[in-house]
Amino acid sequence: MCLGVPARVISIEGDLASVMIGEITYQANVALLEEVVPGDYIILHAGFGIEKVDPAEAEETMRLIRTMDQQEPDNEDGIVPT
Amino acid sequence: MNGLIRDLFFRYFDNPVLARAADAASLELPDTRIAFTTDAFVVDPIFFPGGDIGKLAVCGTLNDLAVAGATPQYLSVSFILEEGMLISDLERIVRSMADTANEAEVSVVAGDTKVVPKGKGDKVFITTSGIGILPEEYSPIGEGRNIRPGDAILVNGTLGDHGIAVLLQRESFRLHAPIQSDCANLYPLIREVLKGCPEVRFMRDATRGGMATVLCELIEHRPFGIELNEERIPVNSAVADACELLGMDPLYVANEGKVVLVVPGDAASQVLEMMHRHPLGTTASIVGRITEEHPGKVIMKTDLGGSRWIDYLTGDQLPRIC
Amino acid sequence: MFQHNNLRNRTAIRQLAAEIRTISRKPVRLMEVCGGHTMAIHRFGLTALLPEWVELVSGPGCPVCVSGQRYLDGCIWLSRLPGVIIATYGDLIRVPASFSSLEKERSRGGDIRIVYSVTEALSLARENPGKSIVFLGIGFETTAPASAFAIREAMRQNLANFFLFSAHKVMPPALRALVDEELRIDGFIAPGHVSSITGTGIYRFLPEEYGKGVVVSGFEPMDMMLSVLGLVKMFESGPPAVENQYKRVVKNEGNRKALDLLDEVFEPSDDLWRGLGMIPLSGLQLQSTFQQHDARIHFKVPEMESTEPKGCICGEILKGLKRPAECPLFRNVCTPDNPVGACMVSGEGSCAIAYKYTRH
Repeated sequence: MCLGVPARVISIEGDLASVMIGEITYQANVALLEEVVPGDYIILHAGFGIEKVDPAEAEETMRLIRTMDQQEPDNEDGIVPT
Repeated sequence: MNGLIRDLFFRYFDNPVLARAADAASLELPDTRIAFTTDAFVVDPIFFPGGDIGKLAVCGTLNDLAVAGATPQYLSVSFILEEGMLISDLERIVRSMADTANEAEVSVVAGDTKVVPKGKGDKVFITTSGIGILPEEYSPIGEGRNIRPGDAILVNGTLGDHGIAVLLQRESFRLHAPIQSDCANLYPLIREVLKGCPEVRFMRDATRGGMATVLCELIEHRPFGIELNEERIPVNSAVADACELLGMDPLYVANEGKVVLVVPGDAASQVLEMMHRHPLGTTASIVGRITEEHPGKVIMKTDLGGSRWIDYLTGDQLPRIC
Repeated sequence: MFQHNNLRNRTAIRQLAAEIRTISRKPVRLMEVCGGHTMAIHRFGLTALLPEWVELVSGPGCPVCVSGQRYLDGCIWLSRLPGVIIATYGDLIRVPASFSSLEKERSRGGDIRIVYSVTEALSLARENPGKSIVFLGIGFETTAPASAFAIREAMRQNLANFFLFSAHKVMPPALRALVDEELRIDGFIAPGHVSSITGTGIYRFLPEEYGKGVVVSGFEPMDMMLSVLGLVKMFESGPPAVENQYKRVVKNEGNRKALDLLDEVFEPSDDLWRGLGMIPLSGLQLQSTFQQHDARIHFKVPEMESTEPKGCICGEILKGLKRPAECPLFRNVCTPDNPVGACMVSGEGSCAIAYKYTRH
């Protein structure tokens, strides 16, 4: 339900896409998605691609991280074990 | 049955004691402390990447002796076979056990076999018992009697390989991953460590329940706590990815070739180096330390600098969607 | 452990934590309604990075937790029928029914298989023509389309021995049920993967009718911290709105193809939520066109009497109104080994966590 991980599409055959999650390979069902092509990233959940990852938006999030990574936070908090 | 014993078991486990075929093995043991352990093995599937139930049965018992500081000497092996199990499978398993025992220089000196009707077993169950010589100086190790704040916690390599390898083989998930069980005899590695650092405080092999369970058990009712450093915990990226996909935590996944050690703080880097030089310790890591703070609790500093209380898990981990 | 993506960048996360601490002036309670978010918070230890006055509360977003006892009893009943193979996600194995659990049934000889995907259940049906395969359909709008696909395939392939026993639920009615009472929640972290199917419009009623902000969030620490920051900003200086933090996966209009499939196969039904009771039109059942694959109809699953022990206040805990310690069953009757209600069933539910923290 929440456990969706990004997977890279290697090849497609009908409703099935060969995808890779790191070194793991899987035949994902992409019947819920429009036009998946090799090179796309999909979110894999319970064996199905539930959405594609939008590369432009992903890049935007990465850009945000890179910007923040360059700044040091104002107040360094100690780690408080909960 | 006699044919099976003669042609299979005696052939592969060949040694003078067994060859006498007495009802009990007569062993000569030095006048010293003996370590004695027993374990049953029921893993499904019986063959998996990196091993099989036979190799597991031998290594499991050897490791129980080794982590107590003992030198393994003799094993007994008992089989419960389900009617209809393939002789070729059994032979493969027995050969694997013999190879593992021979490499470990231990003898199988006693054994038993029973056959149960189809449906009353699960192909094969194996019970092994083992005897080892335990030098007096190592006797505090099993209970961790001398552990104190400042001690370092090490593990000899990547976590979760065995559990994930077996899970992916057993279930119908159709996830394909280059993951192998880490099933191995730890005695050669442990022997090196003890030679170089006889003051090892504690050792335990991290089998079912993973490293997390070993650590929780260790500090229960003790006047000290454990601080773990997530960044230092070694996990293969394929295992990490599989766990991510299935919603499991490598800290709790079974291993069959991993030992958790507690050593004096100032010996930690030396022990680490020793392990790195050994094939079973190339990815060894100092994963945490014993602390005066939060006695009875394992607290892990996460990669992000947050913190997480590592507690016992209720029951086995299961793949989840939520 | 070895980091394998930038969304766990420590400096960036700490930067966000510092910003939250600066901006947040008033005590604020934020509810997340998804087991995945609860898990992420605890796994990454995010609570320790947030100021003490920013409180994260767990809502009824875990499909396991909210699957009613009646449904579980039905699952047990089905598993005991001769010739039936139960195929289920792992989550359901240990959930307690009135007298048993799927795990207990399996040790008694019940044929219960854990699957990662419903497609494995379809394969089981093909490979075992003499058996009936009953798939336990749990989960929200994320998982329901997969079940819908399976039913459509079963029709196409004439897999007469494949059945669905649906406990699928939809989010919006549950969210309404939560806010319709006096509720001390100042903002919502909305489930990223449910939203990737439904789109973000389903949350609009929260700011529009109740003045509560919503941020649709991903599951990485970076996502969650950005979402908390967004909610805190809305709370401090308004206006409340629906924001989409998970734009790389969630389109505001959702997944049209998946939604159409849901419309084709399922219809809304009144459903029983563990801890929240009956919520109208909150469940999904198969339309009559597909009734030959409906386990409930085909096997004539009897209506079970629910026997939840008196005193369970999960509903109030799920709504954030009461704390676990205030429940009379907490710790004596209801424990992680013998969970009664939703909040203790999931390892990361409010009561399971409170139990851990007060154990020593």
